[in-house]
Amino acid sequence: MSDIFPKWTNKLPAMVGVAGAILVPTILAGITYYFTPKYTRVGYQPKQPVAFSHAIHAGQLGMDCRYCHTDVDKSWFSNIPASETCMRCHSLVAKDSPKLALVRESYSTGKPIPWVQIHKTPDYVYFNHSVHVTRGISCVKCHGEIQKMDEVYHSKPLSMGFCLECHRQPEDHIRPNEFVTQLDWAGEFDGKKAVHDWKVQPGISCSTCHR
Amino acid sequence: MVSSSAFQSSHNPTSKSAVGSQSAPALKVADSPRELEREPLVLNNRSIGWITNAIAGVCENPMPIWWWPAFILSFGGMMTMFSLIAYLVSTGVGVWGLNQPAAWAWDITNFVFWIGIGHAGTLISAVLFLLRQKWRTSVNRAAEAMTIFAVACAGIFPVVHTGRVWFALLPGFLIPAPNANEIWPQFRSPLLWDVFAVSTYGTVSLLFWYVGLIPDLATLRDRAKGFMRRFFYGLFSLGWTGSNRHWSNYEKAYLLLAGLSTPLVLSVHSIVSFDFAVSVVPGWHTTIFPPYFVAGAIFSGFGMVLTLLIPLRSLFKLHDIITLRHVELMCKVLLATGSIVGYAYGMEFFIAWYGGSPYELYAFKNRAFGPYWWSYWAMISCNVISPHFFWFKKLRVSVVFVWIVSIFVNIGMWFERFVIIVTSLHRDYLPSSWGYFTPTWVDVMTFAGSFGLFMTLFLLFIRFLPVIAISEVKGVTPQADPHHPLGGAKGHH
Repeated sequence: MSDIFPKWTNKLPAMVGVAGAILVPTILAGITYYFTPKYTRVGYQPKQPVAFSHAIHAGQLGMDCRYCHTDVDKSWFSNIPASETCMRCHSLVAKDSPKLALVRESYSTGKPIPWVQIHKTPDYVYFNHSVHVTRGISCVKCHGEIQKMDEVYHSKPLSMGFCLECHRQPEDHIRPNEFVTQLDWAGEFDGKKAVHDWKVQPGISCSTCHR
Repeated sequence: MVSSSAFQSSHNPTSKSAVGSQSAPALKVADSPRELEREPLVLNNRSIGWITNAIAGVCENPMPIWWWPAFILSFGGMMTMFSLIAYLVSTGVGVWGLNQPAAWAWDITNFVFWIGIGHAGTLISAVLFLLRQKWRTSVNRAAEAMTIFAVACAGIFPVVHTGRVWFALLPGFLIPAPNANEIWPQFRSPLLWDVFAVSTYGTVSLLFWYVGLIPDLATLRDRAKGFMRRFFYGLFSLGWTGSNRHWSNYEKAYLLLAGLSTPLVLSVHSIVSFDFAVSVVPGWHTTIFPPYFVAGAIFSGFGMVLTLLIPLRSLFKLHDIITLRHVELMCKVLLATGSIVGYAYGMEFFIAWYGGSPYELYAFKNRAFGPYWWSYWAMISCNVISPHFFWFKKLRVSVVFVWIVSIFVNIGMWFERFVIIVTSLHRDYLPSSWGYFTPTWVDVMTFAGSFGLFMTLFLLFIRFLPVIAISEVKGVTPQADPHHPLGGAKGHH
């Protein structure tokens, strides 16, 4: 029998093995890093039509989140304020600022400002803001340190794993209800007791969120 | 190679005379009873060289004319199936007829149908090997190939029926692996056990088939003329030289794989049956399911083996290797497993009555006399009646008759799964949610197309690989026995 394959091909299995041992973990690590919400979502910062700074309003001025997002503790939906809300102050403060031209226009015409949505739960996920906000889960837990952001960006992954982390151990994330909108709160709190007393029962079955 | 002690019967006088010379001359040693003569496994006393030429010739010579239309038809069927899967994935599972209450219909029927067919391969290759049933050598290669192709067809249906197919393939849904959703599949669900059962089965079957192929691939490599053939047969024969050490390692590996596959014959279809039996749906929730499914699987598998091998042996003139005895033995398997299946049908009805649950009893009444009565009686006539023809030897060796019955077995076993799945689901506890499932053209053509995939693979198998295990058949011929007058390599030119 003549040789079909040259002698070096005897080493092929070992070479394939070594290449596989290097490539497979590299590819897995690459997918884990580049193709999960920690990378694909975090940092998303679209340009907004009006240069509204949360850092000034919520940070420096210390306005409560609920001054503008009025329904967050009553509804599943956290509303974006109407331009009337802005004009309550801005009809007196910086009332001729060119930065607010669009707000004034919206106020006079009734046409909403085309804000760009940043945090979005998919349509197959049921998420209720009020049930979280009224049981000691602060805005900061999902939206990050909004009070420090000049322009809002996606700061948490909001992946399913992110939701489950808290649903599995709510006591590590819960805080007194009165501090829910105080984003920089860092006090001591007995989470376990609150979870028990407030009957916090975050479901972890599929149908909790996928209804 | 396996020694063939059954063929030593005609020439064993040496041991008797040795005993006689030591004992007293008055004592007469009784003649040992003559061993039953068995029909030879290879007819016409064919030589070892003839066997190699006959089998290797199938994939070395140009394919006969009929092969091309058969291949084009099968390939067209396969492409139809893949196009319809693309249509399903892009549009949604609504293109199929299934919906509440029958959320499983043809998809799972086809899955169980195909996975069941695969069982004959494993039984022939593993169980019959461990039981030293030498007749397996003529049919095991094709049966194992059929197993792998059937598993390939089976695997498609549960994956595409999930709808969002791309999710099914991600870690965390079918495959338990860490993922960004931080979820694991439900380990208590038989649907997940199914994933393991089928994938293990597919892997072990493929390995077993491939390991068995290695010596034959080396034979083909050594006989090959063109460069491509030499290259590919050479590549896949892994440098086999036929040395003593190669054979010794090979036989150990083969035995180990046979041992590994043997429990799979029972476990795979038991677990498939758990998909139903573990639920609480009347008509599914029965403990008889695992053995009943296994028997049905072997029944359908042997049906398909006969459907494929009877034409194969005629078209390629392999009558001397796949003999009437092989056909007859497989008919006996059909008879045995078909009887178990028939018994199970009866026992299901008995327990439905004896168990005293009105829902259970209704489910079975509805099976036989409800809106799907036609499918139930199609199943009964194909599966319960047809195997009992094989009580008669005349019918067992009539290949045309056997072939026709084997087709009915295939049809009946498809209907069995349809009956179990659809008639149980379409009417459960609440009459307000009752419904009637009707397949769409997409259902029908996807299933028909899966036969295209199966036959495409099988025709390619005939085209490129030895359809019978050359080395194993040689091992069970009398010539392979070194004590035979024509033993050793004397018949090998």
